[in-house]
Amino acid sequence: MPSNVLSFPVAEKFAGAPANANTAAAALIQLDGVSKTFRTTSGGTVKALDQVNLTIGSSEFVSVVGPSGCGKTTLLRIIAGLEGDHGGTFRLAGETVTGPSRDIGIVFQDATLLPWRTVLNNVLLPAQVLRLESASALATARRLLELVGLKGFEDKYPHELSGGMRQRVSIARALVHDPAVLLMDEPFGALDALTRETMGLELLKIWDTARKTVFLITHSITEAVFLSDRVIVLSPRPGRILADVPIALPRPRNLDMLSDETFGTFTRRIRRVLDASAAPPA
Amino acid sequence: MMQPASDTATVPLEPQGRSFGWHTVLAKPEYYLAPAFLVLLLVVWEGSVHAFGVPDYILPPPTKIAVSLFAGIKSGLFLHHFLVTAFQALCGFALASVLGIGIGALVAQFWIVEKTVYPYLVALQTLPKIAIAPLIIIWAGYGIQSKVVIAALVSFFPVLVNTIVGLKTCDQGKLDLMRSLRATRWETFRMVKLPNALPFVFAGLNIALIFSILGSIVGEFVGSKSGLGNLILEANFQFNIAQVFAILVILGVFGVSLNLIIQAFQRRLVFWSRGADLHTV
Repeated sequence: MPSNVLSFPVAEKFAGAPANANTAAAALIQLDGVSKTFRTTSGGTVKALDQVNLTIGSSEFVSVVGPSGCGKTTLLRIIAGLEGDHGGTFRLAGETVTGPSRDIGIVFQDATLLPWRTVLNNVLLPAQVLRLESASALATARRLLELVGLKGFEDKYPHELSGGMRQRVSIARALVHDPAVLLMDEPFGALDALTRETMGLELLKIWDTARKTVFLITHSITEAVFLSDRVIVLSPRPGRILADVPIALPRPRNLDMLSDETFGTFTRRIRRVLDASAAPPA
Repeated sequence: MMQPASDTATVPLEPQGRSFGWHTVLAKPEYYLAPAFLVLLLVVWEGSVHAFGVPDYILPPPTKIAVSLFAGIKSGLFLHHFLVTAFQALCGFALASVLGIGIGALVAQFWIVEKTVYPYLVALQTLPKIAIAPLIIIWAGYGIQSKVVIAALVSFFPVLVNTIVGLKTCDQGKLDLMRSLRATRWETFRMVKLPNALPFVFAGLNIALIFSILGSIVGEFVGSKSGLGNLILEANFQFNIAQVFAILVILGVFGVSLNLIIQAFQRRLVFWSRGADLHTV
């Protein structure tokens, strides 16, 4: 957890090139020259990702921001092993990955809970499919539900929960098989602003307890800066990495930091990179 | 004077528990308006038949229909024929359900089945099934079997089509979730696709149940020895129109009861999708 011990101010961290190299030692996720081209129904091709090089260390919290349609979700799906047939290589803990791995837990944009299963049985779904030992899986599921603040809701059905609660269930579900990596695709995008802030804090608490590598996609620069160790900025399609910004804010983070001046420098820098990439050529 | 609206709105309108007081009845106008309308209709019917001297073999008054209904029930005549028709309809329905869900699952799961068989199923669906009824009478005889086949044939397609649509309209996120867990095809089908299709399947079963009675009756019209359809034809030939109406009442009650039963099953089995009862394709 190198970022935890970093102290303010760390202006010199801004200046450098993408900070890939310094985490290579503990690399858990390693993308080398990853590209992805989709075939459209009309027979043409669309390049979604172009030569993405990215290294993420163990228990790092990394966020990706970028304009709509820049390939953020494609990048996440490649790491999830859901998007075969891409260019370049993707290694997970040193091994080349070609399909879904059980070392990965995914939180989707909408909670994708199964409405006919109780909260507890939804959390247990991965354990069931992966044929984990049921007694310990049950204990883990209950512990995770407590961690996400849903103790006492085990026997409720998804339609009895609010949007935020449903997303908490899906976070517990993504963690039940104890994956090394937690992938989150705009997990709070459908929630209102207040719930979103609370969920962000909760997520940090969960991350702190579970010590997973988190790869989070978001539209919100503020959310990305607030939560992450590093923020990756993607260009409009085809997605390339424009900047890799280390967020040297101390942990644990709290909502007061949002109005902090240092916080502002990070968000401004990211916004400048995004604006520059969106501007038409002069 | 200006009370916040929420203060009054939170007072429960219905008494606690399941007591059936006047408040409950008055709060549901359909409980007295619909029956009152029926009574009015019957009175007007009875009155005009007598006033205009309409003969019984054209339109009998409701009282004579009631008399015929009770006579038929008392003598056991209706019961015998009802059991035949109900048995045929339910057997046809069961056959259609099993085949519709089974073939629907095969079509939705295996593209090779879809590409080879589905065009013919669609073509067959556009064919008026009743047109094949005389053929089926030839093949399966005048007995119960031919009516079961006709009832199954008529009610098969709503189940099939709804099953296919239900299995295919599974949200991609849930499928991705299963794929990310390296679930097998069968696990994905059993744990996600099939339960996900249930509201649609039930919509199909609802229609199929009504169609199976239709198939059974029409089959009896085409050729039969017993059953309520057979009895309707017989009464019609004898200009016993009161009995025809009496049988229609029985068929109506039967249809409504079956519908209520299947909806009760649906509410229990597909509890998560309330209000989705009216999926029709």
